[in-house]
Amino acid sequence: MLANTQGIENVHPHAAQDAKPVLSLNGISKSFPGVKALSEVALDLFPGQVTALVGENGAGKSTIVKVLTGIYQPDEGQISINGKPLSFPTAQDAGEAGVTAIHQETVLFDDLSVAENIFIGHAPKTRFGLIDRKEMVGKAQELLDRIGAQIDPGVLLKDLGIANKHLVAIARALSIDAQIVIMDEPTASLSHKEIEETYELVERLKAEGKAILFISHKFDEIFRIADRYTVFRDGQMVGAGKITEVSEPELVKMMVGRSVDQVYPRREADPGEEVLEVVGYCHPTEFEDIGFTLRKGEILGFYGLVGAGRSEVMQALFGVTKPSKGAIRIDDQIAVIRTPNEAISHGIVYVPEDRGKQGAIKGLPIFQNVSLPSLKTTSKNGFLRLAEEFKLARDYTQRLDLRAAALDQDIGELSGGNQQKVVIAKWLATQPRVIILDEPTKGIDIGSKAAVHEFMAELAAEGLAVIMVSSEIPEILGMSDRVIVMREGRIAAEFERDDLTPEQLVRTAAGLSEVTS
Amino acid sequence: MIQSFFKTREVILGVAILVLLIAIASRFPAFVAPRNLANVFNDTAPLVILALGQMAVILTRCIDLSVAANLALTGMIVAMLNTIMPGLPIPFILVIAIALGALMGLANGLLVWKLEIPPIVVTLGTMTVYRGIIFLISNGAWINAHEMSPSFKAFPREVILGLPVLSWIAIFVVIGFIVLISRTPLGRAFYAVGGNPHAAVYTGINVGQTQCAAFVLSGALAGLTGYLWVARYAVAYVDIAGGFELEVVAACVIGGISIAGGIGSVGGALLGALFLGIVKNALPVINISPFWQLAISGSAIIIAVAFNATSNRTKGRVILKKAEHAQ
Amino acid sequence: MSLASSEISTTGRQLPDRLKSPIQRFLASWELLLLGVAIAVFILNSFASPYFLDPWNLSDATFNFTEKALIAFAMAMLIISGEIDLSVASIIALASTAMGFAVQMGAETPVLILVGLGVGLACGAFNGFLVTGFGLPSIVVTIGTMSLFRGISYIVLGDKAYTGYPSDFAFFGQGYVWWVISFEFLLFAFMAVLFAVVLHRTNFGRAAYVIGNNPVGALFSGIRVPRVKFALFLLTGLMSGVAAICLTSRLGATRPSIAFGWELEVVTMVVLGGVNILGGSGSIPGVVIAAFVMGMVTFGFGLLNVPGIVMSIFIGLLLISVIALPRIAHRILARRKV
Repeated sequence: MLANTQGIENVHPHAAQDAKPVLSLNGISKSFPGVKALSEVALDLFPGQVTALVGENGAGKSTIVKVLTGIYQPDEGQISINGKPLSFPTAQDAGEAGVTAIHQETVLFDDLSVAENIFIGHAPKTRFGLIDRKEMVGKAQELLDRIGAQIDPGVLLKDLGIANKHLVAIARALSIDAQIVIMDEPTASLSHKEIEETYELVERLKAEGKAILFISHKFDEIFRIADRYTVFRDGQMVGAGKITEVSEPELVKMMVGRSVDQVYPRREADPGEEVLEVVGYCHPTEFEDIGFTLRKGEILGFYGLVGAGRSEVMQALFGVTKPSKGAIRIDDQIAVIRTPNEAISHGIVYVPEDRGKQGAIKGLPIFQNVSLPSLKTTSKNGFLRLAEEFKLARDYTQRLDLRAAALDQDIGELSGGNQQKVVIAKWLATQPRVIILDEPTKGIDIGSKAAVHEFMAELAAEGLAVIMVSSEIPEILGMSDRVIVMREGRIAAEFERDDLTPEQLVRTAAGLSEVTS
Repeated sequence: MIQSFFKTREVILGVAILVLLIAIASRFPAFVAPRNLANVFNDTAPLVILALGQMAVILTRCIDLSVAANLALTGMIVAMLNTIMPGLPIPFILVIAIALGALMGLANGLLVWKLEIPPIVVTLGTMTVYRGIIFLISNGAWINAHEMSPSFKAFPREVILGLPVLSWIAIFVVIGFIVLISRTPLGRAFYAVGGNPHAAVYTGINVGQTQCAAFVLSGALAGLTGYLWVARYAVAYVDIAGGFELEVVAACVIGGISIAGGIGSVGGALLGALFLGIVKNALPVINISPFWQLAISGSAIIIAVAFNATSNRTKGRVILKKAEHAQ
Repeated sequence: MSLASSEISTTGRQLPDRLKSPIQRFLASWELLLLGVAIAVFILNSFASPYFLDPWNLSDATFNFTEKALIAFAMAMLIISGEIDLSVASIIALASTAMGFAVQMGAETPVLILVGLGVGLACGAFNGFLVTGFGLPSIVVTIGTMSLFRGISYIVLGDKAYTGYPSDFAFFGQGYVWWVISFEFLLFAFMAVLFAVVLHRTNFGRAAYVIGNNPVGALFSGIRVPRVKFALFLLTGLMSGVAAICLTSRLGATRPSIAFGWELEVVTMVVLGGVNILGGSGSIPGVVIAAFVMGMVTFGFGLLNVPGIVMSIFIGLLLISVIALPRIAHRILARRKV
């Protein structure tokens, strides 16, 4: 233990007196062409304890998970379980050694039954070497009962909701009889109630003596359920210890390598005339009776739990999905928006949450990404004018302080934060009147995050109307002039920034009873 | 909810086949005589066998367009072997045919697995290469009935318990597939790899290896069918079973096997093949030129794939409580 | 990091337009490598046979690829956009059959041209409608229409053939415009330029690249994805119709087996030309050079009396190896670095 943590802050000498780690990583390094993803990383997991792994995106968390589950082979270093050195050439080997992972997005198989999902790769067999269905279903039922899940092991996975799929993933983890359970952002897309259930499960796993590696971005839950923490930064382990001996600011400091008090750009809210009015917007399955107004120079925050229907409303405004009822008025004129194209021509643009799939066109150079929605103006009679495209791209990437080698570089080669800058640049280049930013800082580094925030403030100051969908309370509170909270496809409440507390937001979004403050 | 899509698909297809048979029987009752139906099944046996192999491949998100060429090449090689060594026992020939077919499947599989070349490109390529090799080894000549030994030709036609060996082989392959698909780790891995390759990796399944296994399986069955085909029709030449790969894919698509991988059943593939077989055999009976067959199977592919897509369309997230109840 | 105090300070660094000059890019391109292959084949051919360098022989050699290349240009755009059309050869069969039928009805050459182009467009529209209207995978749809279109030809013709095309119709496949320059070759050259401009210099061409790289992102950027894809299927159908006119005119007869297996050669030509079979990248100049390479190899084999089916082995191997070899090379290089 001591040997692993040489030169690391926050090491407490009495840590060595604890139980022996069930799993130790020592000096693990892993490189990819051009990137050193992990360099001499150490990590210890203890039986019956939850170790929180924290770090910014790109710090090497997912790489270490892949090393632990046999997907990647480390270039250097040693994995040992109960003191015995081991290697995991395949995922199968990791499973046999007692390591299992429950992933971010429930990664299982829709067209197999629940029981098959739980036992794929290690199904009980008859003496003829065939899968013993009866035994498999019985064992699956046992496991599901153990975690208190009311799921029929015979149904197909695709017939389950997201929360139940998650329980199946957990049952699968238990079925391997793993000593080590990795939970990769298990609560990221769950509702409040489901999150509570997940915490209970974690407690149960702890009680069974499992060593748990818990990856999370949510500090409140880290402090609630973790016993220990390990911090990664830029592929290095920069701190580890007991959770009781660290504070949130200290953790953040280790994560970013400097102290960051979350400062948001100060703005004088000075909304101008109304540009957008949404009246009675409905969709058969996704949202209902959505109505709000938006003014020039205003930042309107949309808060809610994941799955509350915020993105769905925004995508309807942008013409990607079709509302069944309702109207949009732009400058007091009824506007019909059936396609993104029509939205763009009305001056409404949308920076999507799923940057990789919906935002960046990976494989194309930066300048073509920027000019894409503006081709009508950069081209002439349908013919491209590359000089115009480069000019547009130069101007807007400069404004956003994009870090890249050149404008003909593939956008896929950029970091998440810089990709987001390109996506924002491409929409600004259309000179919109309303810009919708859906989780604009999700998954980007803290530096880029601040730049995006600053830029948003600037846009509003220039008179652009901004809608910001965010699940981060500090961001909502720090940036918005007004906040709309959505719950289960409806608007639950609307707040002015000045009379809003974080507790109010959380309670409204979760549908808890009103607080009297 | 529990009723899966395949089950309804199989029922629909089963009903369609029944309706087809009844319609034919109403004017040509002889068609549905057990004797004739057995003939139809025997005639469709090669399609059934190949469709099952193809199903395994399609389940893993691949496609094997080289099966017909594989069949023809294996058929030619065993036929030539027979002319050189007429005394070679049949079990030996079967082993050679299966091994040769598997080898050609392995070539496809390795290119897909090790070099990650898109399967459609690999098998379009090997399809022409395998056909070309037939020409090279035979110099374009035919091997006719009189050059083959009697036992070589007789094997698939030999009648056991009222059915020819060819039919029995198809039945055994079907049973083998039911076991393979539902009761073995490999069978489940086919679904896992096609349904969610990313997750398959995390469950310890090697995606490329599983795809390669599917190609070997498909190739082995094509090799087996190669011998049966050449022996049954007592002729081998460059173009036998030309274009048959499309009929095989058609049988799978009609049987509800999703080209996007991960969805499909043995029953579906079987019924898809039988549907095409019945249509093919019924055409001359109801006095329609056999030239119609190509257009009919083309239309069947299009209708089936449209049907697959509409019944499999992913719905948006249901957020509203009342909408959830309404569903 | 004091963000609050920042005045407007967003003037960041100005980025250079290009990292590498167009010449540097060309030197590292697939097209240059292919050009080298083309020159090598040309030299080999001229050594292999003394007849090769004869202008008329060279002119004859172009017929091996011009018709296929006409389809390959449109196919390249379609594949770049992430779709594929395996029914092109069957469209030729159906268009040719329709023209033959029109001849029986006493149609003159202008009508025949309209019939050929019209059937091509209609088939392309049918494919495009199935793919974009229902959201079906184009591979399966066009495997289906591949059977359907040729199947209709078989229904109409059976084992018979249409002949008796008017004498002025022969010009499209057999005529010469000037000295050894055939009409077909001129059409090929014209279409090569036209498609290069459309793909590389228009908004429509850009849309094909965008869709091929990220169809969802394209939709979210305001591109009318279904419309572009439909247009590309239409274009591929139309070019198949053009190829049908040339081929029918050259052969002077229509059988249902006409152009059998051409879809493979067209796809090979496109892939050999450096178009990514999974969509998103490729160029028309690449396809043009690939057409020359394939045509000259075919012709060279012909001069050496190698039968056609052996040619097809070569094409099959070529198809696989042009994709496999760069991957193997890449892997060996990567290994050496580590």
